[in-house]
Amino acid sequence: MSEAALARNGRDLRDTALGDAELDARLSRTWGTTASLIGRLSTVDHKIVGRRYLLTALAFLLLGGALAAVMRMQLARPESQLVGPDLYNQLFTMHGTTMMFLFGVPVAEAFAVYLVPLMVGTRNIAFPRLNAFSYWMYLFGGIFLWSAFALNIGPDVGWFAYVPLAGPQYGIGKRPDVWAQMITFTEVSGMAVAIEIIVTAFKQRAPGMTLDRIPLFVWAMIVTSFCIVFAMPAVMLSSTSLILDRLVGTHFYNAAEGGDALLYQHLFWFFGHPEVYIIFLPATGMVSTIVVTFARRPAFGYLPLVLSLIAVGFLSFGLWVHHMFATGLPQLGASFFTANSMLIAIPNGVQIFCWIATLWSGRPLFRTPLFFVLGFFFIFVIGGLSGIMLASVPIDLQVHDTYFVVAHFHYVLIGGAVFPLLAATYYWFPKFSGRMMSERLGRWHFWLAFVGFNLAFFPMHILGLQGMPRRVYTYQPEMGWGSLNLLATVGAVILALSFALFVWNVVSGARHGDVAGDNPWDAGTLEWATTSPPPPQNFSRIPLVTSREPLWAERQALPVIGGLAVDDRQLVVTTVTEARADIRESSPEPSIWPLLAAIAVSVLFVGSIFTPWAVVWGSIPVAIALVGWFWPKGSKEDEE
Amino acid sequence: MRPQRIVEDISALPTFAWGPRMTMWWGTLGFCALEGMGFALAIGAYLYLVQVNPQWPLADIAPNHWPGTLVLIILLVSIWPNYLAERHAREENRGAVQRDLVIMSVVGAVLVAIRFYEFTQLNVRWDQNAYGSATWLLLGLHATHIITDLGDTLVLTALMFTRHAHGKRFSDVEDNAFYWYFVVATWVPLYVLIYWVPRW
Repeated sequence: MSEAALARNGRDLRDTALGDAELDARLSRTWGTTASLIGRLSTVDHKIVGRRYLLTALAFLLLGGALAAVMRMQLARPESQLVGPDLYNQLFTMHGTTMMFLFGVPVAEAFAVYLVPLMVGTRNIAFPRLNAFSYWMYLFGGIFLWSAFALNIGPDVGWFAYVPLAGPQYGIGKRPDVWAQMITFTEVSGMAVAIEIIVTAFKQRAPGMTLDRIPLFVWAMIVTSFCIVFAMPAVMLSSTSLILDRLVGTHFYNAAEGGDALLYQHLFWFFGHPEVYIIFLPATGMVSTIVVTFARRPAFGYLPLVLSLIAVGFLSFGLWVHHMFATGLPQLGASFFTANSMLIAIPNGVQIFCWIATLWSGRPLFRTPLFFVLGFFFIFVIGGLSGIMLASVPIDLQVHDTYFVVAHFHYVLIGGAVFPLLAATYYWFPKFSGRMMSERLGRWHFWLAFVGFNLAFFPMHILGLQGMPRRVYTYQPEMGWGSLNLLATVGAVILALSFALFVWNVVSGARHGDVAGDNPWDAGTLEWATTSPPPPQNFSRIPLVTSREPLWAERQALPVIGGLAVDDRQLVVTTVTEARADIRESSPEPSIWPLLAAIAVSVLFVGSIFTPWAVVWGSIPVAIALVGWFWPKGSKEDEE
Repeated sequence: MRPQRIVEDISALPTFAWGPRMTMWWGTLGFCALEGMGFALAIGAYLYLVQVNPQWPLADIAPNHWPGTLVLIILLVSIWPNYLAERHAREENRGAVQRDLVIMSVVGAVLVAIRFYEFTQLNVRWDQNAYGSATWLLLGLHATHIITDLGDTLVLTALMFTRHAHGKRFSDVEDNAFYWYFVVATWVPLYVLIYWVPRW
């Protein structure tokens, strides 16, 4: 810092000059969020934003689950009159859209927003104001979708909104517009978080955390974020061109004017298939973390695990056409995508064998998080096997759009993502809240969820093979699908009960759970080096990393670095590969402008489905909000 | 909390730097990758439509290429003042940065004006057919980038004339210059696609 800057900032107090207690107190003041309403709305603390993300995603999970419960009630017996076809169309569209866009991706990002900065040993996420903005965009997008549903203009064209059904000719009213613009909200949010995670993991790792010491969950989030960067523009393009076709009369998908409906499917699935891995890869990172902690040994095959993540990331972009086998594509193309779809099973298999080997050679402690991981192995492997069946064109053509496909992707998504997420919740809850969830309720939760899930979804394989199509609101008794559907509904009720138990466990754990302490599982990664819940600055002194499991390697005293300013939000920026300390960079202060910008952008987005002029006039408040956001306010952080 | 021992003192490290050493450079690169992917997919969609239609363009005459050619020339020439802005920012030469940014603001404003005219010279409307839609989409995507970068440049220019013009703000100027290279680079394939593919 120059002398002029020193004079401006007054005393340049460094952490090396203070004892532990005073340092903690001063850093908490520097990094803290004020308790006023404006203070709360302005916060840029990744833990507060991450917690909001988590709770919001959980709320959407419960809402999406409630829709599923209504559908299961409707299908429990033939010719049920509980809901009519129009509402049913909205139900399955809202269910899929909510689960994929408002729960699946955001919940993984929520964990990442909270945990990645802690796991890499830094004080805040990169671009924390963008992070706050991304949360508001996500929240407003979700509220927008659900308000539309409440007003009976919820989308009813399926979660992938194929044209021409969703196009101007058949998708009358505003329903598909609501869907398309909800996509814009959530993708803006998702892409922002992806960039933050990449930069946090590349540039803000604690000194000494070389590439081969990055925690596996962080690696999983890096690969996921790259998938987001290269996949989400495709859905932005498909949904934007869809809405342009609908609102300003373009002809991207109008065959009569040189457009093509299959172009939509290509663009959507170029996003849609990586999307599956965007949801699944974070879960594998969680599984790796939990397996290591409860096996009481470092991961077997760290390198193959990381390489598998990267391989899955790459291969996930070569699978999209297997969603389009029934569209009459050239045979050579179909064969290529079949081969790729089978190929991706190899790196996924490598991961599973590494986890088994870690557990096999460790001393596993069977606690609730590990139970959910074991449940994940079982369910995900079944889902993976039915995926390999579907990768074969002749089988796919037979079961396309039947309940076999519904069974497959629920095995993959619930088994592959929700079970690990539940494991992760039990595992990191003590860090988030400072208290433990009940182990006894956790076991009940696991067994109810495991039994309920399999009862609900296994029969759907058989229903699909018997020819029951997906997305039908009812069926005739003569079809003979009644008893299996009833069984599936019984399973769904048990699954729903398990979630009620889960919510109860979260609420009662947060209030009356046993006090957790810093590291209740005796885990090895850095998030457990600080208090539970962590202070605003995360770490009063930034750790120096010497191993993949720093807390296992340094049991006597944790090596740390000194020399950061105390009255200024400084963090350490390190080099990309070797993580040598390089810059003492200031992290942005809290600001209300990200919220104002999100409100301005939301008005623009929602307005645009009514008139294209909203884009023109709406951009003025957006520009004002962005200038307010970036203009320096004269704080120490701004004036470095 | 377990005991700690201080093993390294980083007091002497700088509080900002240049290029890939900064988080903001990586953030800008990330957004370039994201938007670059958007461009690539839009180009892919355009070529897909070329391939499914027996004739191309779906219009009587191809677009008038001269406004687009002028944009290309100005963009290529602007690399020089943009490079100067980047270099002077690294030297923390406030006066020179002010001058360079004013030049870049004027360049941006001229480009936006030509771009509006360019739309009128496409010889096809967005709602005429899929060819018109795809052409307007490509040009619109790039126009958005010119407009947002102009906005960013104007704010930075104003900032450089205030008391905030020191330290890390020079690094922001450098990042803005970096982004401009991206805006220039993306126009080259789009220019060929919009103006010359319909002539082949």
